Amino acid sequence: MLDGRGSIKRRLGARLWLSGTWLGIMALLALFAPLISPHDPLAQDLFAGRLPPFWASGSDPAYLLGTDSLGRDVLSRLIHGARIAFSVALIAGLATAIVGSMLGLLAGYLRGWVDVVISRLVDIWMAFPPVLFAILLIAVLGTGLTSIIIAIIVIDWTRFCRVVRAEAMNQSAMDYVSSAIVAGRPRRDILWREILPNVLPTIVALSTLEMGIAVIVEAILSFVNLSISTDAPTWGGMIAEGRTSIYQAWWVLAFPLGVLFLTVLSFSQFGEGLKDRFDPVLR
Amino acid sequence: MSVTLIGAAVVVFFVIRVVPGNPIAMMLPPGATEEDIARLTAHYGLDKTIFEQFWIWLAGVFHGDFGTSISLRQPVMPLVLGRLPATLELAIFALVIAVVIGGAMALTGVRHRETRTETAIDVANGVGLSIPDFLWALILIVLFGVLMPVFHISGRISPSLDLPFVTQFYVFESIARLRFDLWWDLLKHMFMPALALAIPLAAIISQLLKQSLKETMHLDYVTLSRTKGYSENHVILSEALPNAVLPTLTLIGVQFTFLIGGTVIIERLFSYEGLGNMAIDAVINRDLPLIQGIVIVFALLFTIINLVVDMTYALLNPRLRHA
Amino acid sequence: MSAFLTVNNLSAALHGFDQRVLRSVSFSIDTGEVLGLVGESGAGKSMIGKAILGILPSAISIIEGEILLDGQDLQKMKPADRRRFIGATAALIPQDPLTALNPSRRIEPQITNRLVDILGWSKANARVRALELLNEVHIDNPERVMGSYPHELSGGMRQRVLIASAFAANPKLVIADEPTTALDVTVQKQILRLIRELQERHSTAMVFVTHDLGVVSKVCQRLSVLYGGKIVENSSVPDFFAGPKHAYSRALLAATPKYTDPDASLLPVDEAVIEAVAAEVLASDKEWRHGG
Ligand SMILES: Nc1ncnc2c1ncn2[C@@H]1O[C@H](COP(=O)(O)OP(=O)(O)OP(=O)(O)O)[C@@H](O)[C@H]1O
Ligand SMILES: [Mg+2]
Repeated sequence: MLDGRGSIKRRLGARLWLSGTWLGIMALLALFAPLISPHDPLAQDLFAGRLPPFWASGSDPAYLLGTDSLGRDVLSRLIHGARIAFSVALIAGLATAIVGSMLGLLAGYLRGWVDVVISRLVDIWMAFPPVLFAILLIAVLGTGLTSIIIAIIVIDWTRFCRVVRAEAMNQSAMDYVSSAIVAGRPRRDILWREILPNVLPTIVALSTLEMGIAVIVEAILSFVNLSISTDAPTWGGMIAEGRTSIYQAWWVLAFPLGVLFLTVLSFSQFGEGLKDRFDPVLR
Repeated sequence: MSVTLIGAAVVVFFVIRVVPGNPIAMMLPPGATEEDIARLTAHYGLDKTIFEQFWIWLAGVFHGDFGTSISLRQPVMPLVLGRLPATLELAIFALVIAVVIGGAMALTGVRHRETRTETAIDVANGVGLSIPDFLWALILIVLFGVLMPVFHISGRISPSLDLPFVTQFYVFESIARLRFDLWWDLLKHMFMPALALAIPLAAIISQLLKQSLKETMHLDYVTLSRTKGYSENHVILSEALPNAVLPTLTLIGVQFTFLIGGTVIIERLFSYEGLGNMAIDAVINRDLPLIQGIVIVFALLFTIINLVVDMTYALLNPRLRHA
Repeated sequence: MSAFLTVNNLSAALHGFDQRVLRSVSFSIDTGEVLGLVGESGAGKSMIGKAILGILPSAISIIEGEILLDGQDLQKMKPADRRRFIGATAALIPQDPLTALNPSRRIEPQITNRLVDILGWSKANARVRALELLNEVHIDNPERVMGSYPHELSGGMRQRVLIASAFAANPKLVIADEPTTALDVTVQKQILRLIRELQERHSTAMVFVTHDLGVVSKVCQRLSVLYGGKIVENSSVPDFFAGPKHAYSRALLAATPKYTDPDASLLPVDEAVIEAVAAEVLASDKEWRHGG
């Protein structure tokens, strides 16, 4: 038992470290993109189109990861893409967490008609295929970063709401809440100071998951050509562009795909790792 | 449940009518006059107020009339029903793959619990769960469509084939007609998109089923059956599995609706002619009646699946069965 | 004649720790004899039964000693053979009838499955045998019970079913692990009488695990007192109740309720005695380490 728990803990630790490191590197790239990237991500060089990455024959050392069909540097576009991806991830992830958790807390703590209304809304939301919903919203809101963030909030608040509502209901039933009520503390006070801190670990873990999802949603929207603008360096846009020339220049698809894969994986593993770290049973 | 459906209908109806851009103007050739546009707008009822439009649409729905598609100029229902079978076949195939892979992984993990095998399965589950179907699809396209081209990555069936089908359920009909050549071609087209949809679900199934199996393996009646002389495999399959499978089953129901939601983008990626692909075109063309029809069909589908899951659950749980 | 079950110098330990859970346990049982295993909670009573039946938790394994069942050395058999041999020779009556039946299965297969799957009986024969067994355990409506699910039966009924299932294959050894603790007092006596009845009729060798010395005096011929995974006293029941040899046994006997004098019954076991026996167990550990 004891040694089993030890090895589980070690595994969790490694997971947190690995994913944290990758996210840290990506965040730094995003922050210092203009300083780091070797080329202008939008600069086209039609004479240097579809150059392969540095190890393949016919490559140009100036373009480490090759170029796409318009001769734009894949590495520079990846680095600038991190900027957009991380902006969306952080803003949309946190905003969704706040909106969803708030509604979930209110529903789970106040119960009654508030709960009925919110839960019914969640049910209705669940009846939409999320990708279709997102595309629909972008059609309404128009393309652009703000639209994407709003769309993510509108679609994914239910994810937080469902979990936080259940959690808040659990907490409300606990003795410490009853004793706070007996002590005559106001309801608002109980919600913020007693229940919220106990639900917070769940919210934190879900938020990092949501950040990964936000990155994917942005990629999907870029893919169906509804994201920011067609030549802005987004990972999703690069993937869409790479998909069309997959047989001639696989690297245009493979590199952004790999980066996206690792980033989404890291966000979710980081969240899981945090959740376990907060989990009193394993701590 | 019907409240959910009506709610979904209301939400989509009002949301899409806020869409800027006149769908009629988009549909007509560049030379069309203002007059033409006004006439057609009136024809599709788009000149009325949004509430009037809603009542007209709702009245139609109750008579089974979902209006006429603006971009395709055909009644919505036949269009939607014509595409639905392709999506259903894809989703069911994906579900089968997910259950097979997820179940096999869970059983292997329990059979070799607390060994490296189980650790490997845990890691695979973690990765499978974290990466959504969209990315799996792209990875599969690169791996098995380009680097090792063994599967088709575009379409539902090879265009060169003659199709004798009268229904849209190609897979089922090809079996019924004993046309296994067509059947095989369909599967080769469906395999990649179905696998992409299946991987996350397989990971969820594997994780949950393994966990409940492991819990069940500690129960007294499982231990008792060991003393009777049964092998570990038998104990897992015939004592633990039937009792451990119920929570997984409920979960599969919910997750299956998510999987169907995923077909929208996956069909797009693989140019698979299903409902999801049609939905994206409908949004891009601002085809309001078609979008409404598709969303209602999806919502209806989700409702039916939830019902079926509840019924299966009751059927499999002896406590409920005899209550 | 050698005993039907002989446990020789058996030790078991948790993986990765050198603390033993069973400490050089030895005892034997003849055919038709009932051995009581007593000791406080956590003493390792169930662990002995599990070691014999080959169902130790995965974290615990046998590190030395031998178990001879009907002349066969269990440790030397191939796992698959051992499993089938134990299934055919021995049976367990579990502690908690509420959790020991598979909730998703009817009663009939839970009684007959060992006969059909392991011993190769026909379904029809196994069914006849199951009905006969349910009669033996005094179930009034055996046909109906066979078609029921566990949750439709009371706790007492379920324990009867489990007893029937244990005796189904005419086992030569039955291990009863506190078979009555989970039942209410009125049912306890009936079940005890029933186990005794079946044991005598089939002259089964039996290991009877219990906390209750009163029960031992009624059911067993001999008993072993366990403390910390070590047997501190092996004795015949009459000798034991006439005057236990070990100080811990004496304290245990003194702490046992006497039905005639309920007030005198709740003497706690003396601290000093506990300390002494714990020291004795640890001393034996030291000796064992040097020896091994
Ligand atoms: N799965 C396990 N893993 C590790 N240690 C265990 C496990 N099961 C039991 N033990 C330990 O083995 C020792 C003996 O346990 P056992 O179940 O045999 O006690 P017992 O005498 O049957 O007690 P009770 O009267 O409560 O049933 C205990 O100290 C217990 O902590
Ligand atoms: Mg016990």
